[in-house]
Amino acid sequence: MEEVKIIEIKKSVFGENLRDAEELRSELKEKGIFLLNLMSSPGSGKTTTLIKTLSLLKDRLRIAVMEADIDSDVDARKIREATGIESIQLHTGGMCHLDAEMTRQGLENLPLEGVDLVILENVGNLVCPAEFDTGSCTNAMILSVPEGHDKPLKYPLMFSVCDTVIINKTDVLEYFDFDMEKCREYVHMRNPRAHIIPVSAKTGEGIPELADWIYKLVTNWKNDSSYA
Amino acid sequence: MHELGIVFYIIRDVKKAAEENGVKHVSAVVMNIGEVSTVIPEYLDDCWRWAADKEEILKGAQLKVNRLEAVSYCEDCGQEYETVRYGKTCPHCGSGRTYLLRGNEVEIKEIEVS
Repeated sequence: MEEVKIIEIKKSVFGENLRDAEELRSELKEKGIFLLNLMSSPGSGKTTTLIKTLSLLKDRLRIAVMEADIDSDVDARKIREATGIESIQLHTGGMCHLDAEMTRQGLENLPLEGVDLVILENVGNLVCPAEFDTGSCTNAMILSVPEGHDKPLKYPLMFSVCDTVIINKTDVLEYFDFDMEKCREYVHMRNPRAHIIPVSAKTGEGIPELADWIYKLVTNWKNDSSYA
Repeated sequence: MHELGIVFYIIRDVKKAAEENGVKHVSAVVMNIGEVSTVIPEYLDDCWRWAADKEEILKGAQLKVNRLEAVSYCEDCGQEYETVRYGKTCPHCGSGRTYLLRGNEVEIKEIEVS
């Protein structure tokens, strides 16, 4: 029998991505560009929420958007047409998430001169995107009312990596057994520091608060030299 | 399919390790995968077969998986317990102030060369 030689590696598969992500984060800090990674399930209203929120922010901040999907460019076009904000579509080539390297490649295709805030709309999925650090300065996620208040229990990692949890579609609360207090409790079980903002992208309720919150995140980060 | 993304990472790391060690062909890759790592070994294996055979250095290479048990620790009573069986709640004292000690690994343990 042929002799088998063993080479020990002992290395986490996510290690390289974590290093790439840290590197990207410090480069962004140097350039003064705040990258917000927005995650959610498909159909939670990410794009509509973004359009409404960015319309309130675009006079206060220079913004660019990266839309990540497995295929198509409908989201990027929708954002550009509705807000006039520079927006590009990234294709993940069948993958369920973006990693730091893909995020970097996306950023290279955006005109970033003078930009304060880049929003990365990640692939609609509550599992995989949470596993891969994109190099973002903050993570936010949208949970919509029809999905149910128990999602933080079912997808613990997603809720523990997010600093901001946006609860969308509050206009349909009365038609669903969605318990807002329970939801808050479950989110805080996963991440006691998570900031929760209920909104309705349809009626506009809560959108000004969300816009102010994002503005605050960007300005605090810019003023805090230790954040990176 | 988050297993496919992980397979691409494994291939990248294994190729690098093979190169550093002057290895021409890898016959097996041994992984440590925690029970609660969200990686499903069967899916990982399917993705592996598809992707590894596209690489000269990994043609026919086997993926061997060591499944590692998940263990949680209770901050209130200081005891350990099986995560998969009891979840977030400590079976010894009923506390919810628990955290995962191990079982989240997605790690390349070693490569076999022949």
